[in-house]
Amino acid sequence: MNMNIITLENISRIYEVGVEEVRALDGISLSIDKNEYVAIMGPSGSGKSTLMNLLGCLDTATSGTYLLNNNRVSSMSDNELADIRNQEIGFVFQTFNLLSRADALHNVELPLIYAGVGAAQRREIAKEALVKVGLGDRIRHKPNELSGGQRQRVAIARALVNNPTIILADEPTGNLDSKTGEDIMTLFSEIHQQGNTIILVTHEEYIAEHASRIIRLLDGKIEADERNGRFKERVP
Amino acid sequence: MNRYWFELKEGLLFSFKAIKANKARALLTTLGIVIGVCSVSLMSTAIKGIDRAFEEGIGALGADNLYIDKWPWFSHEEWWKIRNRRNLTIEDFERFKQMAKKPMALAPSLYSECKIQYQAQYIEESLITGTTADFLKTTNFEFSQGRFFSEVESSGGRNVAVIGSDVAKNLFGKVDPLDQYLRIDSIKFRVVGVLKKQGSNMLGNFNPDKQAYIPIGAAFKYFLNRWSTVTIVVRAANTSTIPATVEEAEEVMRRVRKLRYDQENDFSINQQEGLMNNYNSTVGVIKIVGLFITGLSLLVGAIGIMNIMFVSVKERTHEIGIRKAIGAKKRTILTQFLSEAALICLIGGLIGLLLAILLSQAVNKVLPTSVQVDTILLAIIISLLTGIISGFVPARTAARMDPVEALRYE
Repeated sequence: MNMNIITLENISRIYEVGVEEVRALDGISLSIDKNEYVAIMGPSGSGKSTLMNLLGCLDTATSGTYLLNNNRVSSMSDNELADIRNQEIGFVFQTFNLLSRADALHNVELPLIYAGVGAAQRREIAKEALVKVGLGDRIRHKPNELSGGQRQRVAIARALVNNPTIILADEPTGNLDSKTGEDIMTLFSEIHQQGNTIILVTHEEYIAEHASRIIRLLDGKIEADERNGRFKERVP
Repeated sequence: MNRYWFELKEGLLFSFKAIKANKARALLTTLGIVIGVCSVSLMSTAIKGIDRAFEEGIGALGADNLYIDKWPWFSHEEWWKIRNRRNLTIEDFERFKQMAKKPMALAPSLYSECKIQYQAQYIEESLITGTTADFLKTTNFEFSQGRFFSEVESSGGRNVAVIGSDVAKNLFGKVDPLDQYLRIDSIKFRVVGVLKKQGSNMLGNFNPDKQAYIPIGAAFKYFLNRWSTVTIVVRAANTSTIPATVEEAEEVMRRVRKLRYDQENDFSINQQEGLMNNYNSTVGVIKIVGLFITGLSLLVGAIGIMNIMFVSVKERTHEIGIRKAIGAKKRTILTQFLSEAALICLIGGLIGLLLAILLSQAVNKVLPTSVQVDTILLAIIISLLTGIISGFVPARTAARMDPVEALRYE
């Protein structure tokens, strides 16, 4: 048995733009252990969004092998990928990506609906998740009635609600002011300490500092993959 | 299976919210379906009404009746040939009556159009049937007042009359017609019976509501000469014995008329079936055309739904991306949009049906009819199907979206 929860072997993702081939990812190999806190960094165009989409099973590689929790994702059907996204991955996006018509509770419930959890039970679980991110008193608010930080907390509650194997956060503080951003990063650290595995995509050094391991991408290749010396376990 | 129900339920719940969020648009979209379903239901209701009116009319005359006549109801023969046939006489009837064994009842009848008058009220041209007391047995007449004339009255050619409900209403108004004297072409007749309303407009002047019946002797005496042609009304024992009765009637009539083996029949045996076939062939075409035209309005409604579903899918591309990222399968998204289209159509269908039921009250004034349960079921099924069919292509477009592309769409 492999102890790694994520193993990428020689992953490439090639887009065809007209007659030209764009190698967004070019032979990436890496593995991530359980309860790691990894930041993926790189300038725009380095392929970090593509890597994020692949890790999140939103996209599939052109070649290479992707093992997630010992599931061979690279050979899965659309339906199986949907199940993996539902069960194994919790997304946190830069633009929050909440359903604007639905209130906070319903947004958090959504993954449970797709997992087939009954109404009473999922309401209970969703409420609990909202309490955990500090929004216990806002469950009936719609996204446009919440501040940016609160919206991101709803998104984090949604990402956590199915107890995913990994949490994928794509520039989670990109649309927030620095104070709120810091609060959100503190929340991520707490989540990490509770035993979750977090993969964070960012281009900000000070955000990446929160992670225990930093992977730097350039032109679709891994340029550096090192421990973060300044990472310290924060005790809340 | 359980999972599908679950997804359908959630899909319906989502759709319900989506429709609520866009009430005005949903309402406008629905309008096409409302009008479509309303017109189709009204059309099928009207058709049923016409059919029923016709069947009731036939039923009142007696569904198992044959009419032996000089004139055929439907014929490809040349008119002059038929005109040259000998009239049927009352003697022909008497001989036929002695020889025919199959009929359950039979009666001679003579027709004439006369003016009927009571005091200042009159009907210019009303159909007068001269017949015998046995005629009653060939019909399903019911009386609102009085009775049919008796054997004695008919054989004596008394001046008595039985009138249809419309005749009674038009001539007597609020006056009780029983035992009153009315004038048929200025001859006085005593009213002995009034028929219950049959309610059918399909038979024109042959509708019993618009007729008066008098003893055949009186008819000969006052209105017709001995050479007028008699129609023999024959009632078969039941529907299954009609063919045998027809066969016997033809054989007996040939003997009555003393026809040689090489001579053609100089009489016609008319059947309700002929009337039925003729009705079906003419009205059938009208029905199909009517349903087709009203069906077109439904098609327009369906196109409206498809259009709005495409817009809705486009508008919600980002939402579809979010749902997919969170674990919605193709099937889930398909179910969601299909159930939304079906729900819109169902709501439209129910409104249309309600409208049709209200409007049918107005139709009822002309044609006795009402929206039947099968029409209601049909309308519901049609509206659901319309939603599913017109929603399918947009829903499939939504289901097939690439999650990365959809998430990027703003």
